[in-house]
Amino acid sequence: MLYAALIWTRWDSDEDLDPAEFARYQELNQVSAEAGVRAGGLALHPVSSATTIRLRNEEVLLTDGPFIESKEQLSGFYLFDCDDLDQAIQWAARIPGARHGAIEVRPVMIEH
Amino acid sequence: MDRQPTDIEAVFRREARPVVAALIRRGATVDQAEDAVQEAFAVAARLWAEQGTPPRPGGWIATTAKRRLIDRLRREARRGDKELLSQLNAEPVEVDVSEDDRLRLIFTCCHPALALEARVALALRAVCGLSTAEVAALFIVSEPTMAQRLVRAQRKITVARIPFAVPAGDELGPRLSAVLAVVYTVFTSGYNAVASGHNAVASGSDPGAAGVADRSRLCDEAIRLGRLLRLLMPREAEVAGLLALMLLHHSRRHARTDDAGMVLFDDQDRSRWVRSEISEGLSLVEQAPQLGPVGQYWLQAAIAAEHLRPPSADARDWTRIARLHERLVAHTGASPVARLNHAIAVSMSEGPEAAVPLLDGLADRLAAYGPYHGARADCLARAGRPDEAREAYDRAIATTDDEPAQQSLRQAREKLA
Repeated sequence: MLYAALIWTRWDSDEDLDPAEFARYQELNQVSAEAGVRAGGLALHPVSSATTIRLRNEEVLLTDGPFIESKEQLSGFYLFDCDDLDQAIQWAARIPGARHGAIEVRPVMIEH
Repeated sequence: MDRQPTDIEAVFRREARPVVAALIRRGATVDQAEDAVQEAFAVAARLWAEQGTPPRPGGWIATTAKRRLIDRLRREARRGDKELLSQLNAEPVEVDVSEDDRLRLIFTCCHPALALEARVALALRAVCGLSTAEVAALFIVSEPTMAQRLVRAQRKITVARIPFAVPAGDELGPRLSAVLAVVYTVFTSGYNAVASGHNAVASGSDPGAAGVADRSRLCDEAIRLGRLLRLLMPREAEVAGLLALMLLHHSRRHARTDDAGMVLFDDQDRSRWVRSEISEGLSLVEQAPQLGPVGQYWLQAAIAAEHLRPPSADARDWTRIARLHERLVAHTGASPVARLNHAIAVSMSEGPEAAVPLLDGLADRLAAYGPYHGARADCLARAGRPDEAREAYDRAIATTDDEPAQQSLRQAREKLA
């Protein structure tokens, strides 16, 4: 079963990603792929580059910035293929962002 | 022929919960499993009276309950039940029933991915077999609210696929802690309700009417859960520690309150303590450290044992009590309340002067906590420092809401030189 592990972290737009952190993500990519658990994943640019879109009365309304203004922002996600929630939690806990931010694990309803 | 109903009752007591667990393991909801088992026993009551009890009554009940569940799923033909139905049809007719399923059910119901209140409700409903209405009354919420809480929790178990399994290896420790926390929460909910005089309460759905729950039942259910865990996990030290703790606290229930309210430990009528529970608790306190590393529940039980074991309140060994409190402080990550209790024990073992500096070190953390100021006032008074004691009593009175507690603090302040 697929689980999305959504990574919520503080990340100021002007900062570059910490190289040590980047290396830890690469290591997790490799380990989870070798374990046959990694089914996908993305890292997003910081929210300073986000545009939020709404369609109201057939009109496209745009706002600069993320949908939710909060200290932690969605900065990426993994897709893990796991037997059950316990296994998904174990992999989520290995995501580097779990150390300073939070990982939200959600079961995937429909896969494409 | 009168023998038959008694037989069925015995079978029910022994087999109903494991069969419910076996059906939940197969994907049935708690309600579906309960209904199917009830129906199976209704059939048994008719059939066994005519034909006699079958050789394996538990297995008979399990197989019949599963057949009833399949019939109902077919009849109702709800979309969400299709998968369960095809799975039940695909497996052998015989249902294996084992106590292991009950243990797995406990770990599933107490999974930390569920909110604590949901875990507590599920454990009482699915493991203890209380009805939704009973659980609702015990937690003073309406039945629909409780029903919804239970449905949501079960939906999360299914959708997020919380496993029906006892965790192994490194996972067991933290997960067992989550289970013990649920059991202890059930216990303290009953204990605090009785202590604060909110024992008999009208259920929220129907205030003032028949829905009056005796909340001390929560203590009984928690102890029952504790015994079940002890039976299923006999090698776990903290399981023994928690059962000991609950028994030792519960043993004083009849002496703890009287018509006027709370009775302090030193003033309790010891003839009203339940001796059998004390001796069971004391022997568990002895056994637990031989099983493995002990934790906060055993330490609290060991402290309770030190208070209960001596023949009189004067004979307590405060040096040992203070040492146990010191260990508890370390185990709770130096929680302020644990440090307060340690300081109080030190005031008894080494004298009030030794405790005052310990208490002063907690001033920031417990500034708004009445019992802290009460303990500090008491130590200062005993140390012959009446002016400081008076000031501390004033703070204690200001930070205490409870009227009788305020009254006794005022009396203590009046007695100062």
